[in-house]
Amino acid sequence: MEEKKIRVLIAKPGLDGHDRGAKVVARALRDAGMEVIYTGLRQTPKQIVETAIQEDVDVIGLSILSGAHTHLFPEILKLLKENQIEDMIVIGGGVIPEEDIPELKKAGIVEIFTPGTDTRDIINLIKEKIKK
Amino acid sequence: MEKEEIKNIKQTKEQWENTILKKTLEKFPERKEKFFTGSGKEVARLYTPIDLEDFEYEKNLGFPGNYPFTRGVQPTMYRGRFWTMRQYAGFGTAEESNRRYRYLLSQGQTGLSIAFDLPTQIGYDSDHPMSMGEVGKVGVAIDSLEDMEILFKDIPLDKVSTSMTINAPAAILLAMYMVVAEKQNVSPDKLKGTIQNDILKEYIARGTYIFPPAPSMRLITDIFKFCSQEIPLWNTISISGYHIREAGSTAIQEVAFTLADGIAYVQAARDAGLDIDEFAPRLSFFFNAHNDLLEEVAKFRAARRLWAKIMKERFGAKNPKSQMLRFHTQTAGCTLTAQQPDNNIIRVTLQALAAVLGGTQSLHTNSRDEALALPNEDSVRIALRTQQILAYESGVAETVDPLAGSYYVETLTNEIEEKALEYIDKIDKLGGVITAIEKGFIQQEIQNSAYQYQKEIEENKRIVVGVNKFQINEKYPEGLLRVNPEVGRRQIEKLHALKKTRDNQKVQDSLTDLEKAAKSDANLMPYILNCVRAYVTLGEICDVLKKEFGEYKESVKL
Repeated sequence: MEEKKIRVLIAKPGLDGHDRGAKVVARALRDAGMEVIYTGLRQTPKQIVETAIQEDVDVIGLSILSGAHTHLFPEILKLLKENQIEDMIVIGGGVIPEEDIPELKKAGIVEIFTPGTDTRDIINLIKEKIKK
Repeated sequence: MEKEEIKNIKQTKEQWENTILKKTLEKFPERKEKFFTGSGKEVARLYTPIDLEDFEYEKNLGFPGNYPFTRGVQPTMYRGRFWTMRQYAGFGTAEESNRRYRYLLSQGQTGLSIAFDLPTQIGYDSDHPMSMGEVGKVGVAIDSLEDMEILFKDIPLDKVSTSMTINAPAAILLAMYMVVAEKQNVSPDKLKGTIQNDILKEYIARGTYIFPPAPSMRLITDIFKFCSQEIPLWNTISISGYHIREAGSTAIQEVAFTLADGIAYVQAARDAGLDIDEFAPRLSFFFNAHNDLLEEVAKFRAARRLWAKIMKERFGAKNPKSQMLRFHTQTAGCTLTAQQPDNNIIRVTLQALAAVLGGTQSLHTNSRDEALALPNEDSVRIALRTQQILAYESGVAETVDPLAGSYYVETLTNEIEEKALEYIDKIDKLGGVITAIEKGFIQQEIQNSAYQYQKEIEENKRIVVGVNKFQINEKYPEGLLRVNPEVGRRQIEKLHALKKTRDNQKVQDSLTDLEKAAKSDANLMPYILNCVRAYVTLGEICDVLKKEFGEYKESVKL
């Protein structure tokens, strides 16, 4: 039987244009055999959740470098809950102070990756969480 | 150098290679098979006059302040005056930022550099749904002239030069600055500073675009024209390679894409009927200073020489000021590590040194904690002191272009110029920079370099101290700056109060006039100034322009 590929949505919520990290991660995941969709900049939480549902992804990867994560990440998780999406995992990355991480995890983010992350750590985490 | 002399050096070199060098290599092989610059260009073991066989001093370098300006744009460079020490700053409300500016000025900073928050940069008022969570985060929130008046309170605008990182709505923020000056009774011809106003690199790498290319280019040429008549000392654009490099480009790509953008602006202004020698002297540039010291020095020199040639040969600019590439530099934010953040002080020192050896006109040095948060006051002071130590203690500012004549630096300078020109030719063939952006060509070139860079780090081919070598277990640093979460709410309250107290008939009238002007081909600056004077908000002005101009949609390719 053909192995089903893990599907990932890489999304840029908020207004910041720093997409180097998002694009590098997207390519690394693709090179690791996953199907990757990248949203482009300035996505609202609603747009991100809609795309995730439409594309039927396993993972949502959020990238933000403006400091708006405390507001926008929980917003996205709330919308997922409202849509009764329970089989997607959400990970995040960017310039995110350590003291914000416990709260984000409590809101339901599986892992936060900060500057200096090795893309293989992201790949491993996804593969471990999504067994196909 | 004489042909005969080069021949002799070649012979001696061959002898050296076959004897001394060979023996050494047998006993002590080199660390690696091949060596590369920070941008991935192969580096030879040794550079000699052989590499500069066709080198002609007068043609390649000339004298500082003279074409082709390789050695610098001023005849005496830092012997006359140091570069402007200009730290990019701004966060929270106008009140808080005003306090930070006055602190920096009291610490010996010589120019201001304003960071605006993202809603301001993208044309949203603080109460817009898209602004939620972003107000005051990466810069100061400005909704109307009222905020700008607070931002520059007790800062005499005839005494400082001010750089504003603002692009799509640059005309609006410039208008606000001019009106603040009016209220301080400072005449427009005394105003000194820069607006970034470089929309093309927003499409390429930075992302704070609003309108599509054609109306954006119109706004830019309107500004060129207006400023050349009204505020002659103002730098009307800062054509930026900084963000292109931060997005992951190489040094060569940084020069190539920045100058290609420059060509597009010059062309647009000429097409709009402007005389090149009237607007070109106010064009300025903005580059990155990355880790590879000598490659970066060569990059700045190559950019200067190539731009001079482009302006003279391609556009026929006659005024030497039109041919001069004057530039601001910021050290490379993307090289800062969250791991062992104090190490960043050393990185910033080396990068700042490259900028000074490369002849920068102004400099921002990053703070050690910027991979973690906005910098706190202590970190910003160390960053500023780094520049002061370079200026007053290192000795590198005492002579002009001290690395000129180095076989390696001159070879690198030649190579960067040559390769950048190849890119520019390619972009010309694609139909110019706007087409190249719409096709995603430039973005893709940068993404490829960024991915390559990351892979090299992960494969340990590129060492980042503290990240993939020499790691330690460390505690997360304390005392990082946090933006007060109340800022958003306070800003919205202020905005709503303003909307109740201002003359809303005046607001409507000035917006109607602006809309009419946008439909015609009138210069929009006077209309925007009228709006600003009536305390029309940034978002209201942008909404009118969006209705007329439409909005840009990026082309996403992985």
